[in-house]
Amino acid sequence: MNGNTFESSMRSRYFKQRLFFGAVRLSALVITLALLGILAYILANGFRAISWEFLTQPPTDSMTKGGIMPAIVGTLYLTVGAILVALPLGVVSAIFLTEYAKQGALSRIIRIGVNCLAGVPSVVFGLFGLGFFVVFLKFGSSILAGALTLGILILPTIIGAAEEALKAVPQTFREASLALGVSKWDTIFRIVLPSALPGILTGAILGVGRAAGETAPIMFTAAAFFTAVLPKSIFDEVMALPYHIYVLATAGTHIEETRPLQYGTVLVLIALVLGIDLIAIIMRSMMRRNKRW
Amino acid sequence: MNTLKTRKKILTQHAEAMIIRYTFGFFAFLAVLLLGLILVFLFREGLPLFKQISVADFLFGTAWYPTYTPPEYGIWPLIVGSLAVTFFACLIAVPLGLLSAVYIAEIAPARIKEILKSVIELLAGLPSVVLGFFGMVIVGPWLQETFDLPTGLNIMNASVMLAIMAIPTISSISEDALYAVPREFKEASYALGATRYETIIRVIIPAALSGISTAVILGMARAIGETMVVLMVAGGAAAIPESIFDAVRPMTASIAAEMGEAPFRSGHYHALFATGIVLFVITLAFNLIADYISNRFRETGSGTL
Amino acid sequence: MRKLFQQLILGGLCLTIGVGTAFAENIVIKGSTTVLPIAQVTLEAYMKANPGAKISLSGGGSGEGIKALIDGSTDIANSSREIKGAEVELAKSKGVAPKEIAVAIDAIVPIVNPKNRVKDLTIDELSQIYQGKITNWKEVGGEDLQIVVISRDSSSGTFEAWAEMVLNKAKVTPKVQLQASNGAIVQAISKNRYAIGYIGFGYINKTVKPLTVNGVAASAKTALSKEFPVSRHLYMYTNGEPKGETAKFIKFILSSDGQKLVAKEGFVPLPADKKGKK
Repeated sequence: MNGNTFESSMRSRYFKQRLFFGAVRLSALVITLALLGILAYILANGFRAISWEFLTQPPTDSMTKGGIMPAIVGTLYLTVGAILVALPLGVVSAIFLTEYAKQGALSRIIRIGVNCLAGVPSVVFGLFGLGFFVVFLKFGSSILAGALTLGILILPTIIGAAEEALKAVPQTFREASLALGVSKWDTIFRIVLPSALPGILTGAILGVGRAAGETAPIMFTAAAFFTAVLPKSIFDEVMALPYHIYVLATAGTHIEETRPLQYGTVLVLIALVLGIDLIAIIMRSMMRRNKRW
Repeated sequence: MNTLKTRKKILTQHAEAMIIRYTFGFFAFLAVLLLGLILVFLFREGLPLFKQISVADFLFGTAWYPTYTPPEYGIWPLIVGSLAVTFFACLIAVPLGLLSAVYIAEIAPARIKEILKSVIELLAGLPSVVLGFFGMVIVGPWLQETFDLPTGLNIMNASVMLAIMAIPTISSISEDALYAVPREFKEASYALGATRYETIIRVIIPAALSGISTAVILGMARAIGETMVVLMVAGGAAAIPESIFDAVRPMTASIAAEMGEAPFRSGHYHALFATGIVLFVITLAFNLIADYISNRFRETGSGTL
Repeated sequence: MRKLFQQLILGGLCLTIGVGTAFAENIVIKGSTTVLPIAQVTLEAYMKANPGAKISLSGGGSGEGIKALIDGSTDIANSSREIKGAEVELAKSKGVAPKEIAVAIDAIVPIVNPKNRVKDLTIDELSQIYQGKITNWKEVGGEDLQIVVISRDSSSGTFEAWAEMVLNKAKVTPKVQLQASNGAIVQAISKNRYAIGYIGFGYINKTVKPLTVNGVAASAKTALSKEFPVSRHLYMYTNGEPKGETAKFIKFILSSDGQKLVAKEGFVPLPADKKGKK
């Protein structure tokens, strides 16, 4: 046996490995740089626009001055509305899927339905919201229509997270409770649900983050370019952060002059969404560390 | 006497449990109902178009002039636009997503793993309008200057921004697939003298192939369904592109841009809903295929050993 | 029992009136991005003078505004073009009677990047460029560079007006790049030396170079006299005669204070004799 061939083949094999590992590390680096690059750019350009006034005043002088307070408030209303719709519905559905109908045709159909719903493009949700809530049910372009549309959008996220959380509750909890004579519903309500609550909450938080950043579903169902006063009823139109960014950057009347405010709005939106996501991530890792069973 | 009370109690408990079960079941079924409702609405508002124009003319017609008289509703350029940006986005996103998933699952030390996973999750959380803004305001002018192009809003720009959106999807689902490969496979490979690289390339990835394909397909579905990024960055020209630096008008951008002005129940309105149907069908197909693959090929577990 | 009944009816009446007035005070304005600055600046002034008023404003294009009027989702439709015959028919079939009110005069000016040599184009040249028949700047006296044609999308009244007055309804080349508003076109042209676009007169600023058309420069005078060939009226449409808060707002726009704001935004105020005539 020629020792040289073995050594050289080992060398080439390890060389290939080094190349591959290098490529793998490079891709991780590229992705991280992409995120950091985008954040850094937005931060650098948007930082100047942020001030107490920016966050609490409405826009003035054709949006070239003032703040974005109505958009922040509008986004708040829309996301709260969306969660009010999606959370109860999502948790109930998840409970059904995990506790009542684990196998069988019905749960399979529901799961397929939820997966498909998750895959629907956001603009199709906007179309549906327009056709159904705004026109058919005559809600008009309003917080109500927008919140309902957003709620349906994040429903699959909530169901998924709630299901995971419920599945993570050890079966022994349920068995012990039932063995003590507690009814199924009481078991769920008083034992399983509270244990799953942190996980459900994490999912809800992620859903809020998603709803806050969506534009297409609210474009035709709730958002306005400029509302003079804050909305007083759920049938009013609102301004919203993502729509505000879109409109200022493409359809505003003084695009170049409002550029600093655009960056500022983007910064606020990113801070909001990423902040929300970070809270959820941290909550999740805290939960993982605390679980001791 | 006592047994009567207990029997009544048990009956009411039963009734209660039944009521709860059926109510909950109804609400859970609501998701399916909503999906059906969306379908019904899409078809209800989109099908009337085909009284004016045949399906073939709609799908393969090359002229999109919905507001002229007579209007022309050919969406082939829009479909090509969607496919083009999705294809090039995947060209970027699949290698990056897959390699990073390999890194996380097999190679990275624990702390870097946590950080990278958070990075990818944060990337997933970036709102699409922010990426569209970034593409429009920073990448576009840069492209235009660097390559001396007529415009920086084109397929290339859109593909890069869409890739950023698709990478988290591809990466996290691939990562799950790689984790699911049983340790015995790895151990056997090492025992036979393979290097880590060879194990990954020849054993683990093939074993996780169905999960990885699912990841890629879902990433494609994400890219083709994305609206704001392509609306702000792809250029808006409803023409079949000839180069990667041409502007296109994907279906999603067209719907978002024109929905506001199509009068209710006009031909244009129906055409936009019909485009929505096409979009919905394509993304549905992707999702169903991904579902099928992940269910059918789940046999790569230790049970097959 | 009777007293309770009376109280309930009285309460219900008050509530409906209260809610009714709350709704009546809300004016929704949607439509043309050309008219948007006029609407915005006048509504800001109007609200300072009438703090109770609630106005919400959106852009989207003249087509969107008119469609919203027909669908009943807006009180005022801003439009930079006249309502089309088909739209009037559709409105009638839904029981809506659009009333046209001219609020200003505007010129649509072709613009190029300041680095572009070309200073003037004829209507015919503009038409051929937008149809894709002339594709290089050297064919019209500029450098040897590809022409990038930028236009508005079909919901834009500016687009419709341009299509009618310059292209004579011929089809725009599908290679045209679409921008969503006048402001977006300004932005695109200022960054692109190959490009040509068109905007409302009020949007011209230092970052772009306006061209003369058939040798005529756009100005308040030439727009009014129609010497500048691409000039038009800007409109607000309402469902029937404007009533209540909407009427007050429109009256303000047509007043001399309102028209001063129109001029300040760079548009041409209506000549004194034409105000409210249409």
